[in-house]
This record gives sequence, C-alpha cells and structure tokens, in this order.
Amino acid sequence: MPDLLIELFSEEIPARMQARAAEDLKKRVTDGLVEAGLTYAGAAALSTPRRLTLAVDGLLAESPTIREERKGPKVGAPDKAIEGFLRGAGLTRDQLEERETPKGAVYFAMIEKPGRAAAEIIAEVLEDCIRTFPWPKSMRWGAGSLRWVRPLHSILCILSDEAGTSVVDLDIDGIKSGSSTRGHRFMAPEEITVTGFDDYAAKLKRAFVVLDPAERQAAIWQEASNQAFANGLDVVEDKGLLAEVAGLVEWPVVLMGAIDEEFLELPPEVLQTSMKEHQKFFSVKNPKTGRIERFITVANRETADNGATILAGNQKVLSARLADAKFFWENDLRTARSEAGMSAWVENLGNVTFHNKLGTQAARIDRIAALAREIAPVVGADADLAEQSARVAKADLSSEMVYEFPELQGLMGRYYAEAAGLPQEVANACEQHYSPLGPGDDVPSEPVSVAVALADKLDTLTGFWAIDEKPTGSKDPYALRRAALGVIRLVLENDVRVELLALFAPCWKHHFFDVSAFWEKACRNASDDELRNSEFCAGMFNAGWQEALKQRPRLKEIDEKTEAIRTEFRVGKNTALDACLKTQAELESHFGPDLLSFFHDRLKVFLRDQGIRHDVIDACIAMDGSDDLTLLVKRARALEDFMKTEDGTNLLQGFKRANNILSQAEEKDGVEYSYGADRKFAENDSETALFDALAAGGDAISPAIEAEDFAAAMRGMAALRAPIDAFFEAVQVNAENEIVRRNRLNLLNQIRQVCGQVADLTKVEG
Amino acid sequence: MTQTNGAPRSFQEIILRLQNYWAAKGCAVMQPYDMEVGAGTFHPATTLRSLGTKAWAAAYVQPSRRPTDGRYGENPNRLQHYYQYQVLIKPSPPNLQELYLGSLEAIGVDMAMHDIRFVEDDWESPTLGAWGLGWEVWCDGMEVSQFTYFQQVGGHDCHPVSGELTYGLERLAMYVLGVDHVMDMPYNDPDALIPLSYGDVFKQTEEEYARWNFDVANTEVLLRHFEEAEAECAAILAQEHQDPKTGKRIIMAHPAYDQCIKASHIFNLLDARGVISVTERQAYIGRVRALAKQCADAFVLTEAGGHVAETAA
Repeated sequence: MPDLLIELFSEEIPARMQARAAEDLKKRVTDGLVEAGLTYAGAAALSTPRRLTLAVDGLLAESPTIREERKGPKVGAPDKAIEGFLRGAGLTRDQLEERETPKGAVYFAMIEKPGRAAAEIIAEVLEDCIRTFPWPKSMRWGAGSLRWVRPLHSILCILSDEAGTSVVDLDIDGIKSGSSTRGHRFMAPEEITVTGFDDYAAKLKRAFVVLDPAERQAAIWQEASNQAFANGLDVVEDKGLLAEVAGLVEWPVVLMGAIDEEFLELPPEVLQTSMKEHQKFFSVKNPKTGRIERFITVANRETADNGATILAGNQKVLSARLADAKFFWENDLRTARSEAGMSAWVENLGNVTFHNKLGTQAARIDRIAALAREIAPVVGADADLAEQSARVAKADLSSEMVYEFPELQGLMGRYYAEAAGLPQEVANACEQHYSPLGPGDDVPSEPVSVAVALADKLDTLTGFWAIDEKPTGSKDPYALRRAALGVIRLVLENDVRVELLALFAPCWKHHFFDVSAFWEKACRNASDDELRNSEFCAGMFNAGWQEALKQRPRLKEIDEKTEAIRTEFRVGKNTALDACLKTQAELESHFGPDLLSFFHDRLKVFLRDQGIRHDVIDACIAMDGSDDLTLLVKRARALEDFMKTEDGTNLLQGFKRANNILSQAEEKDGVEYSYGADRKFAENDSETALFDALAAGGDAISPAIEAEDFAAAMRGMAALRAPIDAFFEAVQVNAENEIVRRNRLNLLNQIRQVCGQVADLTKVEG
Repeated sequence: MTQTNGAPRSFQEIILRLQNYWAAKGCAVMQPYDMEVGAGTFHPATTLRSLGTKAWAAAYVQPSRRPTDGRYGENPNRLQHYYQYQVLIKPSPPNLQELYLGSLEAIGVDMAMHDIRFVEDDWESPTLGAWGLGWEVWCDGMEVSQFTYFQQVGGHDCHPVSGELTYGLERLAMYVLGVDHVMDMPYNDPDALIPLSYGDVFKQTEEEYARWNFDVANTEVLLRHFEEAEAECAAILAQEHQDPKTGKRIIMAHPAYDQCIKASHIFNLLDARGVISVTERQAYIGRVRALAKQCADAFVLTEAGGHVAETAA
C-alpha cells in the first residue's frame, strides 16, 4: 500500500494562518480521497512559514470497483421511461436484464464503476483542494488568476511504496508537480529531491528546516528556558506568542539580550507589551524582583558570529521602541500628577465618540458614574468611591500609552490613579472594571470594583438595546454576549442580590437623554427626505419621536422639548422628566423584558456548562423574581440536586398527577379552579388526609421558601406524594355530585399552588 | 563602474546603489513626482500604472510628506518630510523576493550575518481605494521595507498584479550606516571636501515646516483649496473624450489625478492643524477616495491604461 506525500511550497504564509491551513489541507484531501473510495491508515499535516505538508500512510493503490443493481421500469413501459432510465444508468437497452417480480416483468440494470488508480484520484482531489482552499484572505499574483495566500511556487506530490517513488502528475496554472522542494531560504536554498516522507523530513532537517511546528515550539521554549535559567531568570510564558514565533522561522535560533538600564523602571506590563507587540520578543523576568530585565528573540538562522550582529540589531530596535514607551509613560505621569490630574483626560473624552447614537465617551462616563452610585449600596460599596472610580476608570483612554497600546487600558489607569494619589479602591477599580473579559477571566470582588464593573456593562447592554443593535446570529460586534456573561458572573460570584429590571430602569433614563441629543442633531442636519424616511427615524423612541420628526415645521418643538428635558434632567428634577417622557416608559416596558430574556439565555448557556439541565433552568426562569439572578441560580441548583433524589421523583410525579387531571378538567370546563377547597366536603379518609397533609405541608413549606431553603421546601412537597397517591386510589375526582367534584378540583389546585412555589414543575421533564 | 562592494558610507550612496541595482534589473528609473504626496505609492507611476493590462517596471525616489509626523527635527526617527524608495513591477515576477533581497545586499546588508524575515502585513490605502497582501520585511527585528502584491487600486481589480516594494530610506540608511539620530546621518561622503549631515540639509526645514503645518497653515484657504481641487478633478473628467481642437481622443486622467493628489495632501495638512474631527475624517477620506476612483476609471480608458483604439469602421 503506497504512502502519499504532498508539499505546497509558497512565499511566507502568515504565522497565524499556518496551523489552520495544515489542518484544512489534511481534511480536504483525505475527505476527497475517502469519498472517491481511497481509504488510508493515517494522515499527518505539518507547516512552516513556506510550506504546507501532508503525509498520508497506507493508501489504497486504487479505488475498489463498485457494482450496483438498479431497478427500472416495467417491461413494456413507454419508451420514454425506458430511455430515461438508460440515460441515468449509462447503458443501452441490450444491457438490461428482464426479471420476473410479483408485479410483473421489470428491467434491471447492473452498473459497474471500475476502480481508478490512486494517482488519478489524488491529482483531482489536490487540484480541487488548491483551487478552493479556505484561506481567510487570498490573493492573485503575476499575470495568473490562481489564488493562494501568497504566491505558490511549487507542488511536491509523490506516491511511494516498496517498488519505488512516482510523481503524481498535476499542472495547476503552469505549476507542475514534482518530487523536489527547497531548504531554508538563506542557509540551504538548493533544490532537494525526495522519495518519501522520512527521506523528506530528514533531508529538510539537513537543509535547516524543522518541519513540525510543535517541534519548533518545543525547541524554542526549551532553549529560551535554559538560557534564562542559566542566568537565574524565568521566561514569561506566552503560548500565543510562542505559536506565532514558531510560525515565523524554519530554523529557530534563540538569542537572549539585555534591556537598557534606563527602561527597567517602566511597568513590567509595558515592557512586555511593547516587546511582544512590536518585536515578538519574549520577556525574561527576575523572579526575585519581579522585574523584566531581558528579552528573548528567535532568529531564523545561524551566523558565523553566533547571532551577535542580529542580537545587536534587535537590541537597538528595542531601545528605540522603549524610548517611545518611556516618553509616553513620563508624559502620562506628569499629567496624572498635575493639579487637574486625570480629569484633563476625562475632559478630552468629550471629543471621543463612543457610538454616534449613544454619545461621547464622556457622556458614557456620566451615565456609568450615576449608575455606579445606584449600584453601590447593593454590593456594599461606598457610593462616593464608586462614583469617583467610575469617573476616572476610563480616563486612561486619553493617555499616550493607551493610545499606543490599547490592550493596556485599565492597567495604565491603575498606575496613573496611583500616581495621582487617588484611593487604592479607585485605582483598583480602574483596572478591574473591565473584568471579567472572558469565561476564564477572574471576577473582581472588591465592592467598588464590582459596582463600576456592573455599571459599565449594564450601560453598554441597555444602550445597544435601546438603539436596537442587538447581537444576531454569529454577529456580536459590540461583544454584548460577553458583557452579559460578565454581569452574570459578577452577580453570582459575589452573591449579589439585586433585581436586574430595577437596575435597567435608571439606564433607560440615561440613554434616553443621550439618544435624544443624537436625534436632535440628526434631525437638525437631516434633509426633508431623510426625515420622511421611516428607516432614518426607526431608531429608538420611535413611537413618540417619529411623529415629530416627520414634519419640519414641528422641529422647533422637538428642540424645545429636548432642551426642557436636558435642563430638568441636569438639575435632577426627575419628576418632570418622568412626566413628559411617555416614550421612556415605552422603552422600559419594551426593552426591559427583552434584555432580561437575553440574560436568561446567557445564563442557560453558563449553567448548562456547569451541568444544570435546561428544563430545570426554564422551570426556575418561569418564576416571579427571575431577574434576581442569584436567587434564580439558587433555585436552579436546589431543583437540579433535588431532581436527582427519590424525593425529587416523588415530588414531580405527585405534582404531575394532580396537575394533569386538573388541567384536563380546566380545559374541558373552560374555567380555572382556584377557589380554596373546603375540608367539610371531603367524603372519605384519604381525602381528609390530603387536606391535612396540605395544611401541614403548607405550614412547613412557607417558612422554608421564605428562608430560600428550597431543598427543605421541596422535601415538604415530596412528602405529599403518598397522600396524593392514596387520594387518587380512593376517590374519583370527577364525582357525580358537582359540588364534590369542584371541591376536589380546587383541592388539586391547592397541590399545584403548593408545589409550584420553587419552580414551574410543568416545565421539568421526566 | 559603480562601487557596490563593502558598506556604503552615506545616505546618498545608499540611494545611488538602489538606483543602480534596479536599473540593472530592468526598471525604468524615474524621478520623483513634482507634487506633494504622503507616500511613493501616490506617484502616478505606481497608482495609475498599476491599473490596466500593460506591463510596467519603474523605480524611483519619492519625497514624502506627513505633516502630523513633524517633530521639529528633534525626534531621532520621525520627520514630516522624508524619502521613500519605490519599485513597481507589473506583472509581479516570480522571483520578486529574490530580487528584493538582492537589493539589500547591494546596499551592504550581508545575508549571512543578518536575520531577514517576511512578516504578514496587509496594506490598505483608504484614500486610494487600494489594498494588497504582503509583508513588512524585518532585518534583525527592524522593519526595513513594505512588500505588497496589489490586488485592487482605485476600486479596480489588478489584472495583472503588480509587485510593489517600498523602502523607508532614512530608517533603512540609519540602520545600514549605524546611526542613532537621523540628523547625524552622513548625507554625502564623510570624507568629502564639504561633508554634510542629514541635519545640515534638513534640520532647519523640519523646524520651519513643523511650525507651519501645526500652527500657521491657513485652514480656511486649505479648506477652499480642497473644494477647488475636488471640483477641478470632476470638471476635467467631465470633458468629452475627443478633444475639439485636435480631434484626438485625449482623456485627461493624469491632470485629474493631480487634483486628487492635491486634495489628499491638503487633507493631511488639515489633519495636522487639528481641524478635522473623527467623524469628518472618514468623510474626507471618502471624498479623496471618490476622486481616486474616478481617476482610475478614466485611466483604464487611456492607451497607457490598456485601452485598445477601435479600428475605424
């Protein structure tokens, strides 16, 4: 059984695309081979900056012959039908077979697809793969029309077995396949001819190419760690950088260099970011001081001076970069320590648009500060500190350092807040209010940070909801799903008890003001046609504003109204605002529940990952107060655990039995049986026993619910199963006597009420 | 015989070696375009000649102006006026990377001692409606050139594709000559009768232009010039293709494109004066791009743009 080796040799492939491309090559080629009947034993894909390689072992030498029997029309069927069948089968009439069947004589065709040689199939599959390769971005070059990530230079495609090696012939827009490749661009550029994978890998290594990216990564990491260790230092781990660097070299040579003394005082994160982003250097830390003192760069070649020239060059470039960083740092510190401090930066954010409908960053900061104040007591934070933190938390966006390195936002805020002499809680909040960013990111726990982090995310979510820019499908340009998950984790991990709808309410008010400002301006600049265009007006608050915007003559009125709102709102007389803004109430009632259900969806995903069933979550979401996420999750966890016990089964079965009969009766009678049942109409012992059990149960369950001890409450409910079963055993609910029947149905309703206090059990499966 | 062995000794020697190298490789060595541009790409020898089907190969120095980068000659690396070396070959030859590496050797970069890398960098010019894929070329961790395969220019797909090389001359020369501050770099040979540094030639102009760019340029005049250039571009392109005087078919793509260049540079000046807000910025860029597209549309109708005259009926 032959082995297949493919190498696609090109100009430098972007590092970030190599691994995925190698996998795509493997998948597309092996899928194509299998589809054509060529099975194989194993396949491996490898990549370097200049080549994608695929090795397939134990391939069939040819695809198997396939025989297929196909049933056709009846003998004597119209000619058209028979001709159609022949066309489909690719046969002539004399090749058909007549066979008797219970329905009479029928034509049968025996179709044989002969096997094809592997080379023929490979050539087709590879050509198709190359022509339709899923590069994230591809290009043309020269005068040709072929697309590849960068110009494709050669194709190595050989089949080899005991008998020898043969080239799989292929010609793609003039690039002919062969059995040769080239080594390292500078160290061994000559052509190399190979006979199979082992020969190929060995010869490439002699030609200074390490084919396997994992091997390059391991070698880089090993050598970097050794060099650092020899100096009593540690390399700062960075897997993403390691993968990228391994994608930039075929022959990694690790070089360690020193950072000029004058830059060692920069914050370590600044050094690290600058070195990584601009130079793709690893940082080397002194474990005793925590300072970054050296860097590691990975060159792509060996030199006669053991890399001395290369290292000196890199060092020089780094010094120029760090001189910039130091310049920014010192300028920023000067600003932070000045009399105005960070407020100068905040002021500047008045010129920075956050979103054209949601106002400037400064407007956003005003909203977040107001909201953080409201949230503060809920999370046990000092309201003044929370507001102060929110006011400076985004100031660093105006700093020179963050302009240069946006990924340092927040962190620089902390440094500058500390330099400005602000309270430590404020400095911490500057850094932490963006958290958590991802599912693995730590959640802040300091109350002030929690308040600002919640305010930041809630403002974003309600804002984009208010202007109807919700995530759709895979599109979530403002990362609103991440923001919602952030709120969920902040609330749950800090055990915050708050009703989200109550937190949304002030947000709508804030947004209303800023969005009004947008409309006011848009309206003033709009042409008459635009004003008449409903799409233009279909933003937020459309109900009230659209009418007004449609006609120019009423524009003045809008101006006055907006002005009035602004005046009132700024001075804090919310009554006037509330009175005149019917649309704001509309906003609240329209978007509030919608946003809450978005939170519920995110929560479902979050809890499902923690092993809580979706029906259990749904059953709890259906309860009142489901905007208190901590309570909701408490219910869900209790219910999930309880459903795994015998009592859980008892509760569910007892409830379902009562509920089913009751629901049927209600549907039939078209009424809801919600009057209290009366014990005096009870006709036998089981019935009175159920009355008593419900009364006793109710006494036990209510305090448990009150105390949010849902497990105890459910244990109380589960105890009802025996009396319920006995009741059904002994009595006929649908009694002849209408009074008795109604009383029993009302009794069942009581069960439904009692058992429905933790969760809507109708939604629980099982 | 030009001396090409050993290390170059001055800024101008590096330029001369590049000129000789690319001349030897068959490029038409052109002169800088006589207008203010932000980069060598704006020279019609690149922007317009990368369009259409005709083969082309040109190399030239282009003085480039970026008003916002002015630092009064004090920053070791930043200048508001600097030089780019630009090579454009259409269709891009299969050995363009090797040709490029040869040019580095020609200016004294020893491939056996240095680490040359091609690092992904996709190029896009929003003002020219152009983009391409390629790399920034690193020498020992320093970016020394941009290497781009043009895919689209002025909104037109490039067929065939041009290969474009752009060298930031000051930075490259500082590296090759081992100079830390641009103003200290020898402009001519240090042993010349009158040795001149880069600072001797340009320090004063950097100061003068930085002051003018940032604080003095009359923004009202500039805004008016922008509008005028825009209008003139449209007016030129609105003319009949057939010249009423000579009876010839003369589409004035280049004069129109001059107006586009003008508008682009004025926009850069306005930007440096800080009178363009973030939102307006996009709008201005869009207006310049619209001009570039119209000029590209016009150029492909010309003979140099690959238009074949219809044979008389």
